[in-house]
Amino acid sequence: MKKILFSLIVLLNLLLASSFTNAAGADLEVNTPAISAIKSSMQARHSQLAAFYSSGAIGLTKDGLIAVKDASAVPLKDRGGLNSLVAAENADRNNLYKEIATANGHPEWQGEIQSTFAGRWIDKAQGGWWYQGASGWVKK
Amino acid sequence: MKKWMLALPIAFILSACVTINIYFPAAAAEKAADKIIDDVWQLKNGEKPNVKTVEPKTAEPAAEPATVESKPAEPAK
Repeated sequence: MKKILFSLIVLLNLLLASSFTNAAGADLEVNTPAISAIKSSMQARHSQLAAFYSSGAIGLTKDGLIAVKDASAVPLKDRGGLNSLVAAENADRNNLYKEIATANGHPEWQGEIQSTFAGRWIDKAQGGWWYQGASGWVKK
Repeated sequence: MKKWMLALPIAFILSACVTINIYFPAAAAEKAADKIIDDVWQLKNGEKPNVKTVEPKTAEPAAEPATVESKPAEPAK
């Protein structure tokens, strides 16, 4: 009986220890060169995107990307440029989510990281910007 | 006789260990997301530049009186 109790206690300790390790490593690694590169690319692009967010030409999607919401808010001649900006931004965002997942040794976290970001982008968006709610576009 | 009975809790606890180790760290992910978004959108400490929230001009007077030197009077740059 003592042996049984002892092994249970050891197991409980292991359990606690593993949860502590988890808590100690509570920060995700986001400082790899790949992530920094994506970040600065997105940062540079944001100065071009900001006006489109405000005019409602583009909006934040619920899956952590962006999309053209109202192309008519942009002069015809600029629409091609807008589309390629959106495509480039989404490529960066997808890469960002993937890089964060792999940098932390869990490529399978990509989807969860993406949905975490989706909520945070919308939360941090400026008033007047558009985002995808449960039933369509919403102005913040 | 009770060997099999013992196996149950052990199996349970072991599986709990495994679950904890591969559990997605949602809070850490939010923190990381906030940091990255602040950088990309150039927000300071998660502020939303356009949204006027309650202006804390009279910075919490309840601050420790010991820190007299750090007066809230911020000199303009």
